[in-house]
Amino acid sequence: MKTESTGKLQQVLTSGGFAVTSECGPPRGSDPEIIRKKGDLLKGCVDAVNVTDNQTAIVRMSSIAACAHLVAMGIEPVMQMVTRDRNRIALQSDIMGAYSLGINNILCLSGDHQTFGSQPDALNVFDIDSMNLVRTVLTMREQGQDMSGFALKGAPQMFIGAAANPFADPFDYRVIRLAKKIDAGADFIQTQCVYNMERFKAWMNMAREEGLTEKVHILAGVTPMKSEGMAKYMANRVAGMDVPESLIKRMGSVSKQKAPEEGIKICLETIAELRDIKGVHGIHLMAIEWEDVVAQIVSEAGLMPRP
Amino acid sequence: MIVGEQKPISEIKQIVASYNKILILGCGTCVKTCFAGGDDEVAVLASALRLSCRTEGKEIEVEEQTVERQCEDEFIQESARAVGRNEAVLSLACGAGVQAMARRFASMPVLPGVNTTFMGVLEKPGLFTEECSGCGDCTLAVFGGVCPFTRCAKKLINGPCGGSQNGHCEVNSETDCAWHLIIERLKALGQMDNLRIYQPPKNWAASLSSGPRKLIREDHVL
Repeated sequence: MKTESTGKLQQVLTSGGFAVTSECGPPRGSDPEIIRKKGDLLKGCVDAVNVTDNQTAIVRMSSIAACAHLVAMGIEPVMQMVTRDRNRIALQSDIMGAYSLGINNILCLSGDHQTFGSQPDALNVFDIDSMNLVRTVLTMREQGQDMSGFALKGAPQMFIGAAANPFADPFDYRVIRLAKKIDAGADFIQTQCVYNMERFKAWMNMAREEGLTEKVHILAGVTPMKSEGMAKYMANRVAGMDVPESLIKRMGSVSKQKAPEEGIKICLETIAELRDIKGVHGIHLMAIEWEDVVAQIVSEAGLMPRP
Repeated sequence: MIVGEQKPISEIKQIVASYNKILILGCGTCVKTCFAGGDDEVAVLASALRLSCRTEGKEIEVEEQTVERQCEDEFIQESARAVGRNEAVLSLACGAGVQAMARRFASMPVLPGVNTTFMGVLEKPGLFTEECSGCGDCTLAVFGGVCPFTRCAKKLINGPCGGSQNGHCEVNSETDCAWHLIIERLKALGQMDNLRIYQPPKNWAASLSSGPRKLIREDHVL
């Protein structure tokens, strides 16, 4: 785990605090105002903001550029980087460039497959995988070298994140994969949205038994649901998502107008339960295209003020 | 084997539209096995093409022949006389066969009648699956004999992505998750520890990424 402090997220986590991160999806266009508006809604109520990298394989403003807009606003970004679109040459180059712009957190991902996106006829890259990307960023930071072993003039000191999905199969293997990501160099983990608490707890138990919670900061993913339709969509259409039937029913048990309120209530209950789980060091609050609810949730969860 | 699929007759008709005398040349090895370009397919396609052209009032002479392999000159030569009698060759071989024919007959148009799809196996009657991408640096030993570079849609080499569910790939629920297969296989082999080993970035230098490859066997050079 990285000890030298470079950013707020790292400071919160290494000082034993409970971190709050959120998410900001860049626009399908070049208008920086859209980023700034989302940034305004998130500023002050989270420690860092993840900026997605062409999520769901739909072309958007680059993560680096959107991160740079947030940096200019005094918001700390977590630059998401997927291995789908760039080979190792471009990835390393962009990591160096990002750090030069004041971006000091990275989340290493493989990325949604292009067949899910708006341009399924695209060629994918996948030169290296997300595990290799984690190791690459670590080597840059700790050895000051690129993948060829070349000594860099100014090595990026990134705080390194990786993703974990406790709800995907095969379940037994999920903790082995987590251990591998930690060995590769992950400082923090952001998980898939937690709706199936039982399974998440089982996964955390396994992680604790392996001693992994001592080696990495786990931020549990939470996403407030706006409607019964959204709950059903996530349950049936989003790969790797596990939304129990009871939650879908609960979202359907209230009127359409009251559904967002119910979704927030569920989210707050989830956060309260997550805070009691040993080894959970924070939450990653993904309010998808609903950024204006983040301040309310963080505040009502008793997580304000942020350090 | 190399697996291919015959192009739709509408596309084949467009490809041969400017010729009145063509040779449909089959290939008796890989594409015969996958029912794309063996002697049976040559006969069926020739009849279909003749009938279709006749219905449209277009004159076309179609000759049929199949050689053992279109990727070897020794067999290609058997087609030389038939090639000479025609204006163009519609090859039902894989892309390598089409190119070998074109190299051998410099002034003869050699047209593809098959889409070459992949290197694979006959999993069960009527089902062919892609298993190898010919990367030039085989690492199947650590993956229990299942290739993640070919069979994982994201080429993940350090474990499954977050979308693997019930043993199926998130990209296509009809496809097995390569990592599910790798894990099952390593379990059966008692080699689960392999899963904990960090797999470094792939060396793509041996692959097509470095440009078309050549293999020279000095001991067989004449």
